[in-house]
Amino acid sequence: MNSSATAALSARPSAASGEPRLLAGWYATGRPAALSDHLGRYGPPPVPAGKGGRTSVPLVEAVEAAGLTGRGGAGFPTARKLRAVAERRGRAVVVVNAMESEPASRKDQFLVAVAPHLVLDGAVLAAVAVGADTVHVCLPRDRTAQYRQLSAALDERRRARLDPVRLRLHALLHAYVSSESTSLVRWLNGGPARPQGSPPRTHERGVDRRPTLVDNAETLAHLALIARYGPDWYRRAGTPDEPGTTLVTVSGAVAAPGVLEVALGTPISTLLDRAAGPTDPLRAVLLGGFAGTWLPAAHLDTPLARRDLAPLGAAPGAGVLVALPRAACGLSETARMLAYLAAHSARQCGPCHFGLPAVAEDFTTLATGRADPGLPARLRRRTGLLPDRGACRHPDGAARLAASALHTFADDVGHHLAHGPCPAAHRPPRVPVPPATPPETWR
Amino acid sequence: MTRTRSLRVDRVACTGQGLCAELLPELIDLDEWGYPVLKGRAVPGELRAHARRAVAACPRLALHADRDRP
Repeated sequence: MNSSATAALSARPSAASGEPRLLAGWYATGRPAALSDHLGRYGPPPVPAGKGGRTSVPLVEAVEAAGLTGRGGAGFPTARKLRAVAERRGRAVVVVNAMESEPASRKDQFLVAVAPHLVLDGAVLAAVAVGADTVHVCLPRDRTAQYRQLSAALDERRRARLDPVRLRLHALLHAYVSSESTSLVRWLNGGPARPQGSPPRTHERGVDRRPTLVDNAETLAHLALIARYGPDWYRRAGTPDEPGTTLVTVSGAVAAPGVLEVALGTPISTLLDRAAGPTDPLRAVLLGGFAGTWLPAAHLDTPLARRDLAPLGAAPGAGVLVALPRAACGLSETARMLAYLAAHSARQCGPCHFGLPAVAEDFTTLATGRADPGLPARLRRRTGLLPDRGACRHPDGAARLAASALHTFADDVGHHLAHGPCPAAHRPPRVPVPPATPPETWR
Repeated sequence: MTRTRSLRVDRVACTGQGLCAELLPELIDLDEWGYPVLKGRAVPGELRAHARRAVAACPRLALHADRDRP
């Protein structure tokens, strides 16, 4: 990503936005932080003195007390992951997941572009904490500018002899499921970047058969700040249950789409306002990503927090928010997204190989309006058989999107069945969807 | 006391041959493409022998009856 693209991606915070953390340097300087900027702002990463042994329990404890959860979408408690790897015998490995394959998300790309050393600090600190001597940083290979930038950042650190562990940069193929943690492990071991369903688990035996910690780039950047400022500081933002800030990518029908840093628990309507507000009356927002949920506009006052969103069947996911105007057709948008998800399955498991394309096709039929009366029941049955039946959570995510579309756009379903497609179904798409073509290779 | 067992399908290995549903219809259905749908994971005592047979019969070695952790 070049710097003009970077600038276009993020709005400056308004007075009411609270204190940025991960993006503080960016807001202060307006340019990506070189190592000298980073060290000037934060100092060197606080690597504990007795490095080499399992001496970093305090970091794991601090992360636990802070209540940090993974920012890649699943929201798993980071301390539990750290501990699971630290407790295994043998040298561990840390993998930085900067793949960000979610099409509506830009937050990891943005963070890596403007604060690469915060992410790398977090990776190094996590590595020392779990007894790892190697950090693998994984990027998709089509983001060549980002690869060059990160490569330069790693050179800077090497020249400064900053890190007690080895850092290696990798460029992987870019497919939706290749950002799954087991895909990264398989690829780093010389295999295809496709999810692995069966045991052993990554924390038991991952890269080079060693205990492996895979964490999202943003998660590690938060960890780097917790290591410096402690859990109490971290908890000053967010809610007691879900502390801290999080990065969100706001797009769709808003005046200033971009990446924002907000406290967890911030109402969704406030996030839209921070993106300079909706440009049209809204129908719904897509929350979490392509594997997320359509949230009706009536619920926009809901705080962005798992606890508040769970009763609505939604979750913050990877921090994606796409505003859908009332004039758009939610069924057509969903049909396009499902076609993409179907094309990007790893084709390893029956439900993804057959079930997902069938659901996507049903949805397209519904959206374009040649549906038979039996379609809704068939679609619900097929959607219901996707979750929990794959090696990874890809079919679960697609099912969540499909089910929430049927629910949120229930009136349109009836209208499409009775009268054919709505006028909006023929308008250009509002949610940008990459081409629904399967990856050419898995290496 | 003998430990209970839970069914697990290795979804990558499974190619939808369908023998498991034939041998263990009490716990396994097939979807419209012939891939197993588990009705329940826990194997009741009276179905243990059937479950063992279904596990042994899978040509892809994709069906497992894992011992539950005590």
